Amino acid sequence: MDLEDDIEFSNDEEEITADTVLKTLQSAWQNERLAPEILPHRNDMVECMLGQIQHMERNINKLPKTDLRASIHKMELSRIKFIICNYLKTRLNKIEKYCIPILNEEKQRIDSGTNYLTPSEYKYAQEYLLNLESHLKTVVLNKVPNNMQTFEMSKMAVYPNLQTHVFLQANETVNGVVLEDIFGDQDEEIDLEEGSQHILQYKPIADLVKNGKVQLI
Amino acid sequence: MFAEKVIELLKEAERNKETIDQFNDEKIRQILEEMHMLFNLNMTDANASSENKSLWTAVQIRHSALERNKRCLLAYLYNRMQKIKTLRWEFGSVLPTDVRELLSDDEYLWFTKYSTNLASYMRSLGQDIGYNGIDLTENLKPPKSLFIEVLCMVDYGKLELEDGDVIMLKKNSRHFLPTSECQTLIRQGILKQIV
Repeated sequence: MDLEDDIEFSNDEEEITADTVLKTLQSAWQNERLAPEILPHRNDMVECMLGQIQHMERNINKLPKTDLRASIHKMELSRIKFIICNYLKTRLNKIEKYCIPILNEEKQRIDSGTNYLTPSEYKYAQEYLLNLESHLKTVVLNKVPNNMQTFEMSKMAVYPNLQTHVFLQANETVNGVVLEDIFGDQDEEIDLEEGSQHILQYKPIADLVKNGKVQLI
Repeated sequence: MFAEKVIELLKEAERNKETIDQFNDEKIRQILEEMHMLFNLNMTDANASSENKSLWTAVQIRHSALERNKRCLLAYLYNRMQKIKTLRWEFGSVLPTDVRELLSDDEYLWFTKYSTNLASYMRSLGQDIGYNGIDLTENLKPPKSLFIEVLCMVDYGKLELEDGDVIMLKKNSRHFLPTSECQTLIRQGILKQIV
């Protein structure tokens, strides 16, 4: 179903249809679900879509309750809402699980202005880690012998497994992706053709996922 | 054997992966006691071992046992925290009394903190465009249809729907309701979906 029937959406800088927003959001969701590590946030798309939902809900409410169009649109809306919720939830789960490495890396990224988390996600992560630490401290760490009371950040950290394999499809042709050979030193170089599908280790193509050159499937 | 109790503790927790057990206060106290005992033994021996090197191995073994105890205790707590987190998503910010009793006071405090943090994150969502937050704990499953048939399990009373209609939820009554409005009630066990 297309959304453009109801709304003509225009942005200040560039024209962008609700359909494109939804597609971008869907692929961001798909990537986030399949990638082992946290990806840069797409808050712009989420907020844009939320605005659309608001708009459409108002339109639907104008229709009589028994109108068939109303229920079809409502169904579509609840699907979109599900995508947004699930997208944000997947991110939260990753933030909780890989809290320590994410916060460490994020501190450097904020300095260079390439933050992956939204400000509220960042706040959430900090608060989460703080609570975790204080809970462990009150229950166990403060009661063990003196020399073992420290909360060892490095030992508690859980890291995402970047060596895992993922399915992917190339959105555009990418030449010279280097696949490292861990055991030997025979690195391999491959080219990804537009539209082709591959199974590869996540790490060498992580940057391609982040800049949208490949799509995880 | 050193560090035996802590393994018992972990095994116990491992047995019920899906559900949460009573917080084992007593065992944790015993383990902490063992740790203090090991630590004191080590202190005396370490002081003596400057002359007598033969005590060195004993000190090291005790030290590993201490490390192991600490690590396992933290694992136990961490594991429980993961389970408590799912409780927040399933029950919302108010726990049923029988579940509440399974947590220790500190854990309940942690639950409240986690819950507040999550709530303030959800409130912040979409604030820039005039939303007052999204409840992420709704929409846990992909929507299949707009309306579902539900059976009411308890005498709940009146429920006002989004469009202003008021319905009476009585025990054993059947209703045909919008999916989005009964998710929470289903999770609380007030309604049950009939397939």
